[in-house]
Amino acid sequence: MKGRKNKVNPSNKVKHRKKYFESTKNRKKLLTTINFILLAMGSLLILSPVWWMISTSLKTMAEVMAYPPTFFPSKWNWQNYVRTWEAAPFNLYTINTVTITFLVVVGSVIVNSFIAYGFAKIPFKGKNILFALVLSTMMIPGFVTLIPQYVLFSHLQWVNTYYPLVIPSFFGSAFFIFLLRQFYMTIPNELIEAAKMEGASHFYIWRKIGMPLTKPALATVAIFSFNGAWNDFLGPLLYLNNENLYTLQLGLQVFKGQMSTQWNYLMAGSLLVLLPVIVLFFIFQKYFIQGINLQSGNK
Amino acid sequence: MSKKLFTNKQKEGLQGYIFILPWLVGFVVFTAGPLLFSFGASFSDYNVTSQMDFVGLDNYKTLLTDDQLFWTSLYNTFYFVLFSVPLTTLGAILLSALLNQDVPGMRFFRTIYYLPAILSGVGVYLLWMQLLEPGTGMVNTVLSWVGISGPNWLYDPNWTKPSLILMKLWSVGGSMLLYLASMQGVSKSLYEAAEMDGASRWKQFIHITIPMITPVIFFDIVTSLIGGFQIFQEAYVMSGNGDGGPVNSMLFYNLYMWKKAFETFDMGYAMAMSWILFIIVFIITIFNLKMAPRWVHYEGEEK
Repeated sequence: MKGRKNKVNPSNKVKHRKKYFESTKNRKKLLTTINFILLAMGSLLILSPVWWMISTSLKTMAEVMAYPPTFFPSKWNWQNYVRTWEAAPFNLYTINTVTITFLVVVGSVIVNSFIAYGFAKIPFKGKNILFALVLSTMMIPGFVTLIPQYVLFSHLQWVNTYYPLVIPSFFGSAFFIFLLRQFYMTIPNELIEAAKMEGASHFYIWRKIGMPLTKPALATVAIFSFNGAWNDFLGPLLYLNNENLYTLQLGLQVFKGQMSTQWNYLMAGSLLVLLPVIVLFFIFQKYFIQGINLQSGNK
Repeated sequence: MSKKLFTNKQKEGLQGYIFILPWLVGFVVFTAGPLLFSFGASFSDYNVTSQMDFVGLDNYKTLLTDDQLFWTSLYNTFYFVLFSVPLTTLGAILLSALLNQDVPGMRFFRTIYYLPAILSGVGVYLLWMQLLEPGTGMVNTVLSWVGISGPNWLYDPNWTKPSLILMKLWSVGGSMLLYLASMQGVSKSLYEAAEMDGASRWKQFIHITIPMITPVIFFDIVTSLIGGFQIFQEAYVMSGNGDGGPVNSMLFYNLYMWKKAFETFDMGYAMAMSWILFIIVFIITIFNLKMAPRWVHYEGEEK
């Protein structure tokens, strides 16, 4: 960038204005400004729904129905949140959701790391074919296995338990195995070899070297699986019919039925359910970004 | 003295199998087994309780020749995929191109644009139902500022699918990050060389940036096609009681399959449906893989 020189032909015949824009430096400045304005306007557009959700959640019902609608509530009715929380068993839903999410995250982090280590660092026969098989399972539309899985789980009497939502995450997921394997590939093999020389087993190396060195990638898996479990609607919808077992997503769907068009309460409920995800996003942003970088093949 | 049972290499190999064992078991129990069962049951009138009689190709025959809703759901799904995939891909590439310039506040913008991508589930669907309310929602309010009287969105069968596509576009930041990461990986020296030759920024974008990110474009298109065909939750939550209305305009393939499998328990029929979708997705994916060498540029490969 430093080597960039004014590329304009030095002929002095060109008018001053034209010269101004043809000068690379000034053109660049102008482009950057336009770019910045476009991005700023775009981010307002992107953020406006979130603001609308907050604003609606604080309005009175009369204000929600008022025409034309306003972008700011006349009074901030924080008690809407209290009312919402009390209108449905949200405490119970939260405990249920936290339980499932916790188990899914623990399973995903440990098991996928274990499997990915095997695929990345241990030579064995048929490894490439098996890894191709892992990747190809990502192409299978979920419903093809969802229906027969339901048949299996209902025969095991697992309907109305958390088993169908939790147990599968202890058997690895193709996407996470892929992600973690990418990360393991960046760990030099010499490190593993040296430990092997000293008589360490792969299990020991995985626990003492692999796990600590892949911490950032494990954080990515933890966050992605947290989001997946927290936001899961299909699984609970299919397997949970008992209201005492409902998760926040199912609870919100039931709440929608109860509230019909009371958008202030509905938005308050939605915001409360989304809040943990938003907070985690702002705290652990770099791990989200890293997960994406792993996918795109840049470390 | 006694011959070792295993050589060191074999021992290590054994450890390898132990490491991948959880996946292997999961694959057999949760994927391969169910796939086999589903394939077999798709030729039966299975209904989850007792009945399971072989009916040959009847399910497939009925689907293709005698089930109007099957074709409706297929049409709705193709409509959604055909618009949402190109629009989100294009949107994500343009957005990441804007962010990839040396623009002040890039990290801040990146965060803002990515935020909607992590929001999902019922809360987001409820939000969009409110945003798209014809009278009191934000979208039509903003449209009215510029003199457009907005449509009835989720109440108008012609506008339900565009509503969902609009919602998808809001979370375009997810794949934007993917493109941005790959654009930042493009070697600076390529741009410097092009600049020496006097190539404009636009030319640099078309002739350097785009070819260098084609592997990611390819990955994004393949995965969003597979994902697009599986649209379900949005339609389930946003179409009233999950009926796919109004006038079946949100009856997507998976929603119809859901109703067959878990509401009327025509499991054999639903599984036949799932195999037809599988075949469609498979053909499209294979087509993509076959076409890839024509336009996807991999580094280290000379053309």
